[in-house]
Amino acid sequence: MTREQITIDGNEAAAYVAHKTNEVIAIYPITPSSPMGEHADEWSAKSIKNIWGTTPLVAEMQSEGGAAGAVHGALQTGSLTTTFTASQGLLLMIPNMYKIAGELTSTVFHIAARSLAAQGLSIFGDHGDVMAARGTGWAMLFANSVQEVMDMALIAQASTLESRVPFLHIFDGFRTSHEINKIEKLSEDDIRAMIDDDLVRAHRLRGLSPDRPVIRGTAQNPDVYFQARESANPYYLAIPEIVQNAMDKLAGLVGRQYKLFDYVGAPDAERVIVLMGSGCETAEEAINYLTSQGEKVGMVKIRLYRPFSVDHFIQALPPTVKAIAALDRTKEPGSAGEPLYLDVVTAISESVMSQTAPFSQMPRIIGGRYGLSSKEFTPAMIKSIFDELAKEHPKNHFTTGIIDDVTHTSLAFDPTFDTEPDDTIRAVFWGLGSDGTVSANKNSIKIIGQGTPNYAQGYFVYDSKKSGARTISHLRFGPRPIQSTYLINQANFVACHQFGFLERYDVLDLAADGATFLLNSPYGPDEVWNHIPRVVQQQIIDKQLKLYVIDAYSVAREMQLGVRINTIMQTCFFAISGVLPPDEAIAKIKESIKKTYGVRGEIIVKKNFAGVDAAVAHLHPVDVPATVTSTLELPPVVPTAAPDFVQTITAEMIAGRGDLLPVSALPVDGTYPVGTTQWEKRNIAQEVPVWDPDVCIQCGKCVLVCPHAVIRGKVYHESALTDAPQAFKFTDARWKELRGQKYTLQVAVEDCTGCQLCVEACPAKNKRQVGRKAINMEAQLPIRDTEAENWDFFLTLPEVDRVSDVNFTNVKNVQLLDPLFEFSGACAGCGETPYLKLMSQLFGDRAIIANATGCSSIYGGNLPTTPWAANAAGRGPTWSNSLFEDNAEFGMGMRLTVDKQSEYAAELVYQLRAEIGEELADALLNADQSSEAGINEQRARVDRLKDKLAGNTTPAGRDLLSLADMLVKKNIWIVGGDGWAYDIGYGGLDHVLASDRNINVLVLDTEVYSNTGGQSSKSTPLAAVAKFAASGKPIAKKDLGMIAVSYGHVYVAQIAMGSSDMQTVKAFLEAESYDGPSLIIAYSHCIAHGINMAKGLEQQNLATQSGHWPLYRYDPRLKAEGKNPMQLDSKAPKIPLKTYIYNENRYRILLQSDPQRAAELLADAQAAVNARWEKYTELANK
Amino acid sequence: MTDLTTTYMGMTLKNPVVASASPISETVEGICRLEDAGASAVVMYSLFEEQINYQSQLLDHYLSYNIESFAEALDYYPDLENYKVGPESYLEILRRAKEVTEIPIIGSLNGVSSGGWIEYAKKIEEAGADALELNTYFIPTDIGMSGTDVEQMYLDVLRDVKSSISIPVAMKLNPYFSATANMAFRLAEAGADALVMFNRFYQPDFDIENLEVVPHLVLSNSNEMRLPLRWVAILYGRVPVDFAITTGVHNHEDVLKGMMAGAKVTMMASELLHHGLDRIDEILQEMTIWMEEREYTSVVEMQGSMSQQYVAEPSVFERANYMKILQSWQSDPTGRMAHLSI
Repeated sequence: MTREQITIDGNEAAAYVAHKTNEVIAIYPITPSSPMGEHADEWSAKSIKNIWGTTPLVAEMQSEGGAAGAVHGALQTGSLTTTFTASQGLLLMIPNMYKIAGELTSTVFHIAARSLAAQGLSIFGDHGDVMAARGTGWAMLFANSVQEVMDMALIAQASTLESRVPFLHIFDGFRTSHEINKIEKLSEDDIRAMIDDDLVRAHRLRGLSPDRPVIRGTAQNPDVYFQARESANPYYLAIPEIVQNAMDKLAGLVGRQYKLFDYVGAPDAERVIVLMGSGCETAEEAINYLTSQGEKVGMVKIRLYRPFSVDHFIQALPPTVKAIAALDRTKEPGSAGEPLYLDVVTAISESVMSQTAPFSQMPRIIGGRYGLSSKEFTPAMIKSIFDELAKEHPKNHFTTGIIDDVTHTSLAFDPTFDTEPDDTIRAVFWGLGSDGTVSANKNSIKIIGQGTPNYAQGYFVYDSKKSGARTISHLRFGPRPIQSTYLINQANFVACHQFGFLERYDVLDLAADGATFLLNSPYGPDEVWNHIPRVVQQQIIDKQLKLYVIDAYSVAREMQLGVRINTIMQTCFFAISGVLPPDEAIAKIKESIKKTYGVRGEIIVKKNFAGVDAAVAHLHPVDVPATVTSTLELPPVVPTAAPDFVQTITAEMIAGRGDLLPVSALPVDGTYPVGTTQWEKRNIAQEVPVWDPDVCIQCGKCVLVCPHAVIRGKVYHESALTDAPQAFKFTDARWKELRGQKYTLQVAVEDCTGCQLCVEACPAKNKRQVGRKAINMEAQLPIRDTEAENWDFFLTLPEVDRVSDVNFTNVKNVQLLDPLFEFSGACAGCGETPYLKLMSQLFGDRAIIANATGCSSIYGGNLPTTPWAANAAGRGPTWSNSLFEDNAEFGMGMRLTVDKQSEYAAELVYQLRAEIGEELADALLNADQSSEAGINEQRARVDRLKDKLAGNTTPAGRDLLSLADMLVKKNIWIVGGDGWAYDIGYGGLDHVLASDRNINVLVLDTEVYSNTGGQSSKSTPLAAVAKFAASGKPIAKKDLGMIAVSYGHVYVAQIAMGSSDMQTVKAFLEAESYDGPSLIIAYSHCIAHGINMAKGLEQQNLATQSGHWPLYRYDPRLKAEGKNPMQLDSKAPKIPLKTYIYNENRYRILLQSDPQRAAELLADAQAAVNARWEKYTELANK
Repeated sequence: MTDLTTTYMGMTLKNPVVASASPISETVEGICRLEDAGASAVVMYSLFEEQINYQSQLLDHYLSYNIESFAEALDYYPDLENYKVGPESYLEILRRAKEVTEIPIIGSLNGVSSGGWIEYAKKIEEAGADALELNTYFIPTDIGMSGTDVEQMYLDVLRDVKSSISIPVAMKLNPYFSATANMAFRLAEAGADALVMFNRFYQPDFDIENLEVVPHLVLSNSNEMRLPLRWVAILYGRVPVDFAITTGVHNHEDVLKGMMAGAKVTMMASELLHHGLDRIDEILQEMTIWMEEREYTSVVEMQGSMSQQYVAEPSVFERANYMKILQSWQSDPTGRMAHLSI
């Protein structure tokens, strides 16, 4: 039987089997497993059936804990049920997993294994999460490749039904979950053949039913718990045989034979490695090479890790084995060894002792760690392990892939060792997220994978920044299945889709000698050479690269394709690479364009066709000169003024050399310096705002809305201009309080993302040309150097005196405050970051921030550089991220510390009153810190206190010295998105709001899970389309504000900067000054809304005008004044809801896909808006 | 018994009041309401090729925007697969309207490309339209484009469409041709079955508070009918096509005037949008009374009766008349009007 060959990633392979073999799917998004749930939801939305002919129900829950609970419930009532998760998500499921296993319940959870957050969060792959679950009593079955994911998913499903023991089906996050590979698709008949319907019915009959009542989940006492725990042993003992039978049955169907432990290598191997997961693929490639060279090496691939069948494992080992290395993709600090190592030692020891081993002498066993957080694991590293095993005293508990210069665990390896077959074409593409490079490459893989006999593999490396994001695509094609689960390091084709990358990255480092280099260049074949930096020219000459250029952006402009150069570059790749005959390639590209874009309209297809047709004509070979001629040198990675840590460590990460940083270079506890984004000059904007002082009214709106804090205002005395660069602009300051001084609005053009929010916010129009304002977008390149110099000078100008100069209660004045959140990696035009920046300006010097996982923790805390910064006095926000679900509690803990320590400090002041001096002590204890002046005075007192305590050696004195700063006011800011506040963290948030502690909660409400790609949250509005709400959300969003208002003691504000910036500032000031819990819910426009981000503020305004987002402040303090605490700050809706929502793709796509439902939901949404407004006005008019 | 029956492009209509393109015909229900209200035919709202293209590009842009950039969010929307971004929803309304109504339905099309005009015209014919009105809403802003170019473009579009479909085709014109009569004649030669006079160009306005150019929609009034009335009267009997008047028709007198000028139908939108669909019946009743009182037996009897060729003073429609009208409106406050060269 010939089966369909498909080119998909691991997530899709797992989801396919899961969807075919289940009735209920309860999920919660978490990277990198989210696409499995999304696939399942889409398939169910399209009524795709499982093998029994019914469409599985898919439910999105509020957390992984919730998903596990729902799964447990569905299982207990007899449904075939599954879920997908990873990392902390799996940890949240563990309590239920013990129950599910204890109740011998058949299910498979599909896990894209991912690192756990420890010293830092990582979204990438290792086995830390699944190893944490190995005590739950679940069977653990590993898949090592995309094909194996599909196969093992089915083997797991068949086995769980027979064994009654639940299974974790595990594959490596990103490396397998996101790798695209050509595989053979299991047919529905295959799946049916593997699933025994009698077992399904037996599972169903074990379900709870009032028609045959039982009780399950009893509380057991010391008399029976233990025995009951042992009662399931036979079920576990049976699993190895059941799984092997399922593997054999699958082999009979499809021809792929798996064993519980598969051995690969020389039959007489003396050195053997043991591992599981995607690393096995690379190891197999390396071992095939080494054995062909006569090396006696081999590997045991572990498929079924739990239950660990000692007998099967021992039988898999060659009797000749003398040394074994057990490789763990996890770390258990403090243990005698990592889990697999311990299992291997135990298994071999037991079998040697019981004389059941095929070898008489105990082999030497060492353990090592590799591949944490998707660290590369290459044939070179594998060879180094075999080399180590050959030593008389090999290093135990080693690491590979890193340089450990602290505890010296790492093995050295030869990075040039290469085992890739010569007939594999290896292509690397450097692009931008926005230029469509990855989409084109995914498309090319499918074309080659499905249109030719060749095998194909694609893996994609993404940026840590959300704006100007760089992508690197690694594509392999060849006549044999591709097992290289590591990045390409010898590419025979390199494409650089962004000319500017040549200055910033070592694009040609991966190019093999004689490779082809395709460069998207604004310069033609005759002029490009001298625009290429010297070092790159040298690489081209040294490696004898064949150079081609195309001006893809010109072609794209001509064909009205905007910045999407994907089809143009894709065509060039096929034209040069020769993977397919050119005509056939073009026909297939067009076929694929038709398939991808046809549903979006004929014009899109036509434009892309035109791009394809034009591409080849504009592609030119370049005659490479024999000598380097360029005068262009690469700029330094970071400015020379950067501090040492940034120069030596951060810069290496920025340059893409972080893998080479040794262990000693990194902080031991995840603590990093603040304010490092200022050193990473990304220069990603083509156009930047330019100030026109003659038109400017100095209102500060542009400064307020700038998401990246790149546009700033300062007022200063003219004398400060002495050393100003010639091009530095200034004008008379328009402040009554600052009369006679000068004003400058300066743009950091190298940090600007070009979002244009500032220009949109600018209310000042040029009277002679009304299309121009006080700031206008202009090309960055011609002014880059001048403005960089101006920016550096601007930073030297004095900051405004926060105490005496002006009152910071309005937008105009706030612009003068130093932002302590700058140049983040957020999307261009981000709607969240202006609020954070404002908070940092107003209170940053005394803020402690608890940040929920999500967009704000990524742009706020993702290495290499982070945006939270300190002021000239060295004070600034201190920031931490705990988890997604616990952020309110995390912040509460911070508050408790501040409260306790400030209380203890006060007690000590009182106790040491005599030594401190009564006057100072009383002043310290009775300080009024409700104003900037009050805080400043208290800081001065604390300085005096420290002076007085300097020589004090008593315990009390030393304690007070260590706690003295706690006598100065501290703010706790609990920050997160709606996914946290409305869903996963809601319980904790509710609890914290119900306290009387002085905490400030800022919800950056994008009404969707933005960071994980647009899943519906309980904040998602009625009628909006999101993942898991594909047909438009039928339920209105939760009114979080009113829930908080119902307590009566919580300060609540609903704000939208684009609607009223004044109200926004006021709300922040009031929330901070309120001595109790405060909640600010901030409308944050987002790319997930599908809007022109430059118009984000306008859209915020429409949200308010339509009544979707009324502005209000609920201030409990007003009750004491006999006033109504509820203050409505916006007027009654004056535009229909549709005027607002149909500007946004999230609503409009429903109009385009199902107009009738869109009309129905619009009517419901409008009614909900009207009803809510009525409720609010009633509350405000009480 | 007064006979209100008329013919238009070969179709027999029960009266000369046709609903012109407006938001009312954007739904099947709206078209049914127009039929129930007494409209003898409906011109559907216009299918704008440019708008279809725009919608497609908008959808494509936002489905592609920022995808495949960041590892945790490789896209932002569920794959809905089936988007009605092409002409399908328009054609679906047309198809369903044809199923549930008996009056003729005239499709309306505004294209931007030669291929688009032909492709969409064919689709509209296939969907069951009884005729097609080409809504050539075009502002020639290109300073390199001559009047001859513009005229040729109109003729090309008409010929392309005529050669690709078999239902009657009306050409909706703007009033700004240098030689309107000649243009009308050439369009008739090129195969137009009717000329619809005239398209209203919505003129943007200036918001001087915010220094912005803003779209400004003003519904028509009866005074605006004078322009098409004049041209229909001039061209009736000289250009072998049917005429429709579509601007400024608000009451029974306007309809009667249109008939007398030589139009086969008058088309209404503003009046219906402003005062409701009941106006059709009221107008038809008032028209009948007017005709009965003056012993007109049929609409056909009066069609063209006041056209240029049948009035006592044909020159009243021509140039000298311009001065007369102005002078009848006000005296010349500047004293310069006599020197105006027109």
